[in-house]
Amino acid sequence: MTTMQDFNLRKAINLGLIAGFISLFISVIGLTALLSKRQLIAGILTLGQLLIFLATALLSYQAAEKSSKKSTAVLNSVIVGLVSAIPLAFLIVFESLIDLRQFFVNISPDLIKIISFGQGTTTGIAILFAAMGLVGLIMSLVYLLPPQIRRSIITGLVATLIIGTFSELLTERLRVFFGVAFSKTIFQSKALLPSVAAIILIVVTALSFVWTKTGDGIKQRFDVIPDRQKRYLRVGNWVVLLIILFLLPQFLGSYLSEVINNVGIFVLMGLGLNIVVGFAGLLDLGYVAFFAIGAYTMAVMTSTGSLGVGHVSFWLALPVSVTAATLAGIMLGTPVLRMRGDYLAIVTLGFGEIIRILANSDMLKSFLGGAQGILNIPKPEFMGTVLIQPAQLYYVVLAGCLLAAFVSYRLSRSRLGRQWMAIREDEDVAKAMGINLVKTKLLAFAIGAAFSGLAGAIFASKLTSIFPHSFNLLISINVLCLIIVGGMGSLPGVVVGALILVGLPELLREFAEYRYLMYGALLIVMMLAKPEGFWPSAIQRRELHAFKDTEPVPDSTQTE
Amino acid sequence: MLKRLKNIDFLGLILWFIRASIIAVVIWGSVATIIKNPYTTSNWIDFIVFGIAQGSMYALIAIGYSLVYGVLFMINFAHGEFFMSGILTATVLIAGPLSASGYLDKQPVWGLLLILVVSMAVSIGVALLTERIAYRPLRKAPRLVPLITAIGASFFWQYTFRGLFGSQTKPFPQIQVLAGTVPVLGIEILKSQLIVIITTIIMLIGLYIFVMRTKTGKAIRSVAEDKDVAVLMGIDVNRTITITFGVGAAMAGAAGVMYALVFRQVHFFMGFFPGLKAFTAAVLGGIGSIPGAAIGGLFLGIFESLGPALILQGLGIPAPHQLKDVIAFTMLVLILIFRPQGILGERLAENKA
Repeated sequence: MTTMQDFNLRKAINLGLIAGFISLFISVIGLTALLSKRQLIAGILTLGQLLIFLATALLSYQAAEKSSKKSTAVLNSVIVGLVSAIPLAFLIVFESLIDLRQFFVNISPDLIKIISFGQGTTTGIAILFAAMGLVGLIMSLVYLLPPQIRRSIITGLVATLIIGTFSELLTERLRVFFGVAFSKTIFQSKALLPSVAAIILIVVTALSFVWTKTGDGIKQRFDVIPDRQKRYLRVGNWVVLLIILFLLPQFLGSYLSEVINNVGIFVLMGLGLNIVVGFAGLLDLGYVAFFAIGAYTMAVMTSTGSLGVGHVSFWLALPVSVTAATLAGIMLGTPVLRMRGDYLAIVTLGFGEIIRILANSDMLKSFLGGAQGILNIPKPEFMGTVLIQPAQLYYVVLAGCLLAAFVSYRLSRSRLGRQWMAIREDEDVAKAMGINLVKTKLLAFAIGAAFSGLAGAIFASKLTSIFPHSFNLLISINVLCLIIVGGMGSLPGVVVGALILVGLPELLREFAEYRYLMYGALLIVMMLAKPEGFWPSAIQRRELHAFKDTEPVPDSTQTE
Repeated sequence: MLKRLKNIDFLGLILWFIRASIIAVVIWGSVATIIKNPYTTSNWIDFIVFGIAQGSMYALIAIGYSLVYGVLFMINFAHGEFFMSGILTATVLIAGPLSASGYLDKQPVWGLLLILVVSMAVSIGVALLTERIAYRPLRKAPRLVPLITAIGASFFWQYTFRGLFGSQTKPFPQIQVLAGTVPVLGIEILKSQLIVIITTIIMLIGLYIFVMRTKTGKAIRSVAEDKDVAVLMGIDVNRTITITFGVGAAMAGAAGVMYALVFRQVHFFMGFFPGLKAFTAAVLGGIGSIPGAAIGGLFLGIFESLGPALILQGLGIPAPHQLKDVIAFTMLVLILIFRPQGILGERLAENKA
C-alpha cells in the first residue's frame, strides 16, 4: 500500500521506532548480554552488538529502498538510525535513575555497559546515537551502490559474520587438521582476527562479484545441454551428495557429529510429520507421542537395567518399536478420523500430553520407571563393534533418514500420495472422487507414526537413558516448526528446516534458553511473510499465496 | 433404531466401543470408590468447593476463547498466555513491592484492585498486540495458518516473559485478611476461594449485560453472525474484533488474579495448561456461547477436582491426583470426538471445524 511518493518523515520515524523497540526488546529479555559473550571479530564486534544494530540496519535499508530520491534515501536512513537509538537511550537513563533489575532480571550492568559502549550515561548515549546514525548512513550508501556491487558486498558481509559467529568451532576443526599454528593465524581467542576478517570480506565480495558476472553464462551453458546429459549430471550430483554424506563424520569430529545426529533424528521425525501435515493436511500436535512410544519400546526391550524385559539387541528391537508406534498411530488416528483442522490439532495435542503424563505417573512406574525413566539402554552393535562414538552412530541415523526420505519421495508420487493431497485440498471433493477417507487417513497417521517411532528408537539408544520429560509438547512444536520453516510437503525443506531450527541452536549453545522464543517468532514471521517456507513444494506455494491476491478486508484503521 | 444400527460402519462401531468402555470405566471406578468410601463427607465438600473455585477461573478464561471463536472462528491458542502475562507482570511490578511496603495488608481492597487493573491492562495490551501483528493480516488465510501463528504467539509470549522476569516461580504475597475460612451455609470455605467465586459471578453478569445490552455488545454479536452484513450495517468490523479480543483478555487477566489468590504463585509457563483446560471448558459448554463457557468451566473444574478421587481411586490406581490433567485431557478428547457442539452449542461444529 505504501507507494514511493508518500514515504515521508513520519514513516521514517515510525520505522526507526520499530527498529528501536526491537533492539530494546532483544536487550531487555537478555539476548544482547548473553550473545555478547560470543566474539565475531576479536576486540571489535560481538554477536550481541551485532544484534542491537541488526534491526536498525535492516529497517534503515528498507527506508532507503522506499525513498523516491537518492538524497532523501540517505536522509531517511539516517533518521531511522537516529530514532532507533531513542528506546535504548531511555533504557540507559532509566537504569541510572532506578534499579530496574529488581523487576527485570535481565537488565544487568553488563547489558548497560554494552549498549552504552562502556562509557558513562551521557557519553554512552551520544556514542549510541552516533553509532546508530552511522549504521543508517552506511546502509543507505550500500543501497545507493550499483546492484551488482551491492549484492556482492552484502554476500561478503554475511559470509564474514557467519564465519565469525562460528569461530569457536572452526578454530577447533582447523587445529585438528592443520595444527595450532595455522588456526592461530586466523582466529584469536575464539574470534576472527580483524585483518583476517577484512581479507575474508574482500575475497568473498570479489568472488561473489565474479560469479554475478559469469554465473549467468554458466547457467546458460547448462540450459543448452541435451536432456540425457542433464540427467547424468543430476545422477552425478546425487552420487556426490551421498559420498559427502557418507564421509561427513570424518571431517566433523565428535561434537559436530553429535549435532548432526540430533538434526538427523529431527529430520526423521520431520519426514514423518511431513506426511501427516504436509501431504495429508492433518495438523497433528501430539506427534511426540509416537516418538515416545518408539523410544519406550526400545528402552523396555533392550535395557540391561531392572526395567528391561527382553534384553534383545538393538536390531531386533527396532522393528518392534516401529511396529508399536505404527499401531499407536492407527489407534489414536481412528477416533479422530472425522475431525478436521483446528479441532484435530487440539485433540492430538491432548493425546500427546496424556501419553506423557501417563509415562510420568506412578500408575505405570513398575513398567516405565515414572519420572526416573529407564536407564542402561545399550547402544547399537554392528558387526561386532558397539557404536559408541557419535561419528559411528551417525550411520544408523543416516540410514534411517535415507530410508524415510526414499519412502516419502516414492509415496509423494504414488496414487496414495495424490490421494493425501486431494484430502488436504478438499476432503468432501476427495470423498466424492471415490477416495476411501478412512483408509487413506489411517495410512497417513500410521506411516507418520512409524517414522517417528524409528526416530524415537534411535533416540533412546543414542542417549542410553530416557525420561518422560524429554517427550513434552515442545518436541511436537519443534518438529512442526521445522517443516513449516522448510516448507510444508517439501522433502528438502525438512532437511533445511532441521538444520536451521535444530542444528543452529545447538551450535550457538548460549542461545538454548531462547530457542523457543525464536521458534515462536519464526512461526509468526513465516506465516506472515513466507507461508510456503524456504524450500517450498510448488503446490503449496500457489495455494498459500492465493489468498493474498484476493480483495483485502476493508481495513478501516489503516485510513487515518 | 434398527435402521441406524444397520447403517453403522467400521468407524461408528469403534466410536461406540470407545463410548461404552469409557462409561463402563467411569461407573466401575465410581461404584468401587463409593463402596470403599475412603473419604469423609467434608473431604468431598472440599473437593467440590475447590472444583467450583477452579472452575470459575476456567470459566473466565474460557470466555476469551468463546468470544474470539465466535467472531473469527479461530482457536486463539495464545489465550493462555494473555492470562499468564497479566498476573505475572502484576505480581512482579505491583504485588511484590506493595506487599514489601506493607500496603497490601493495610489496604487490601485498594491493593487488590490495583493488582486486578494492572493484570487486566497488561493482558489486554498483549492481546491487542498479538491481534494486530499476528492475526489481523492473516484473516483471509487458510484455516491452519492462523492456528499456527497462534501457536507461535503462545511460545513467543511465554519465552518473552521468561526473559523479562526470569524463569523462577514467583510467590504471590499472602494477604492477611484473606487467610482462613468463613462459614457459608454451615460449610467452612477458604476466604480466597469464596472471593474467587463471588468475583467470577459479578464479572460474568457484567459481561453478559455488556454483550446483550450495550451497543458494542450488539456489534460483537452481529460480527459473530455475519461479518459482511455487519460491514453493510455500518459496523466497524476491525474495531469490534479488537474489542472482542480486549474483553476476552480482560477476563483472562482477572482470572490470573484469581489463580494467584488460590495458588499463591506465578510462573511464565502457568498459562499453558489452564489455557488448554479453559479451551476444553469452552468446547464443553459449546464454543461461541458465553453461558456455555461459564457452565463448561464449572463442570470441568468440579470434574477435575472430583475425578481422581471418585473414579481413579476406585480402580486401584496409585497416586490418582497425579492424573488430574489426564482426566481433563481425556475429557477434551472425548468431547471433541463425540459432541463437538458442546452442551449448549446449537451450531454444528462439523461445518466450522
